[in-house]
Amino acid sequence: MDYIIAPLTIALITAVLAAFISIIDSIVNNYGDVKININNGKKELTVKGGAPLLHLLSSEKIFLPSACGGRGSCGACKCKVTSDVGPHLPTEVPYLEKDEIKENIRLSCQIKVKKDISIEIPEFLFNVKEFVGKIEKITDLTHDIKEVLIDIGDETISFDSGMYVQLVVPPYAKIKGETQRAYSMSSRPSDSHHVELLIRLVPGGIATTYVHQSLHVGNDIKIIGPFGEFQRSSTTAAMICVAGGSGMAPFKSILYDMYENGDTDRDVWYFFGARTEKDMFYIDELYELDSKWERFHFIPALSEPQGEGTWKGEKGIITDVLDSYLKRKVGPDVEKEGYLCGSPGMINACNNVLTDNGIPIEKIYYDKFA
Amino acid sequence: MTPEINPFVILIASIFTSNILLSNFLGMCSFISISKDMKSANGLGLAVTVVLAFTGIINWYVLNYVLIPMDILYLRYIVFIIVIAATVQVLEMVIDRLSPALYMSLGIFLPLITVNCAILGAVLFVEIRKYDLIQTLFFSIGSGLGWWLAIMALSAIQKKLKNAPVPAGLKGPGITLITIGFMAMAFIGFSGMVPIQ
Repeated sequence: MDYIIAPLTIALITAVLAAFISIIDSIVNNYGDVKININNGKKELTVKGGAPLLHLLSSEKIFLPSACGGRGSCGACKCKVTSDVGPHLPTEVPYLEKDEIKENIRLSCQIKVKKDISIEIPEFLFNVKEFVGKIEKITDLTHDIKEVLIDIGDETISFDSGMYVQLVVPPYAKIKGETQRAYSMSSRPSDSHHVELLIRLVPGGIATTYVHQSLHVGNDIKIIGPFGEFQRSSTTAAMICVAGGSGMAPFKSILYDMYENGDTDRDVWYFFGARTEKDMFYIDELYELDSKWERFHFIPALSEPQGEGTWKGEKGIITDVLDSYLKRKVGPDVEKEGYLCGSPGMINACNNVLTDNGIPIEKIYYDKFA
Repeated sequence: MTPEINPFVILIASIFTSNILLSNFLGMCSFISISKDMKSANGLGLAVTVVLAFTGIINWYVLNYVLIPMDILYLRYIVFIIVIAATVQVLEMVIDRLSPALYMSLGIFLPLITVNCAILGAVLFVEIRKYDLIQTLFFSIGSGLGWWLAIMALSAIQKKLKNAPVPAGLKGPGITLITIGFMAMAFIGFSGMVPIQ
């Protein structure tokens, strides 16, 4: 009899405990409806409490940027909480600066909403939507950079040039679970039915490997956006733009947008760095823009040109080229603003060159992801 | 069958003379890993005490009203563990609702306690020593307090050790284990002074 009684007893005890836990759960974890007050009453949502803020917001179609999908490993979903939600959790602290902790900036994926809450988010996030698009075209720009054109059908995306979208990578091969990565849009705001991204293959990168190996024309792809504050200012200061590799994307969007809209009454210097000729792309297009637009100057530079004398552009590391142009051609007396897009190392190096040449650090703009 | 020992004697004994950590060496993993920081050590000590008190009582009922009458004592390990896991789960939910501040300070330690061997160890002692309900309650609380005392003592010593000239090869776990050894030797001096079974 033992071999029947034993499993039965265990099953019974487990069942009783499980039922007990479920009952406690339904009593204790029932927070009822809670209100989320966004930006001082600009918008008020009523949702079921108990879940993380990030998920509640996205279920109401407000998308905070998030690269990890709410696992607390990217630190992108920061938002300011103006009501009391308890002290910072150990899972939040590593992603927050000291000032941010003082201002009660929180990781929205980590804090659970248990009572009414007031938050502040940037205004442009109200405009963020989720799009399901089809891959219309994939072009090889260089050996490791692809231009991906996404058709979002009848939907329209309205954004300022320089913004980025989150590309949602579905589970593939050994990668379980969805991943999100941020990419600047290289398409122009005037084409509101397409999103174009430039994606460089990063060895071992989850999203870039997916795009380079598993994504084909006709596939469906989800994107969330637009995000970002990397936009040209409305001043008349000379724009000093510096990019490397796939950092070309936001500048392609910004420059053509400016040209299309006749916003051509300011000097624009665009420095684009690459290693060898095979890493260079869009050269003809940008030289063409340079010849059509008087105050636009395109300065491509190769650090290691291979061909004997075939390379017509500048030679040397981009920071050296930038420095000599700022000193000789642009001139120290002209009011300037810096715009950077590239690897963190390049951004740091260019920051130094620009500040040495008299551009204040708050006039240098860049997105921190890379 | 129940040994006639005053519950208060059991309480004192389980804190000092038969400290579950330093006499029986139970619950070592979290003891060593969490003792680096006094604040966390304090939180974990509190959590262990609370969980021990609750699981001790519940498991006593399960032992005396299910396992022994049905003659299935050989299932005790699996049953005790299931009960401990369920109790921790319920405690976590209740504390989260009633006192978010306490929940915050316990943090990850609460669920970690499910696999703390001191909890299962204490329940097994209750079974072997055939304690009655009141004795079980005092023994559980005492064991928890003893564990709390030991981890606070160790983390205080660790704090001092931070400024001590420890040989490079012994830094970290090495010197911690030596420290625990000395502490255990000190507690062994107490052993047997008060009978608990």
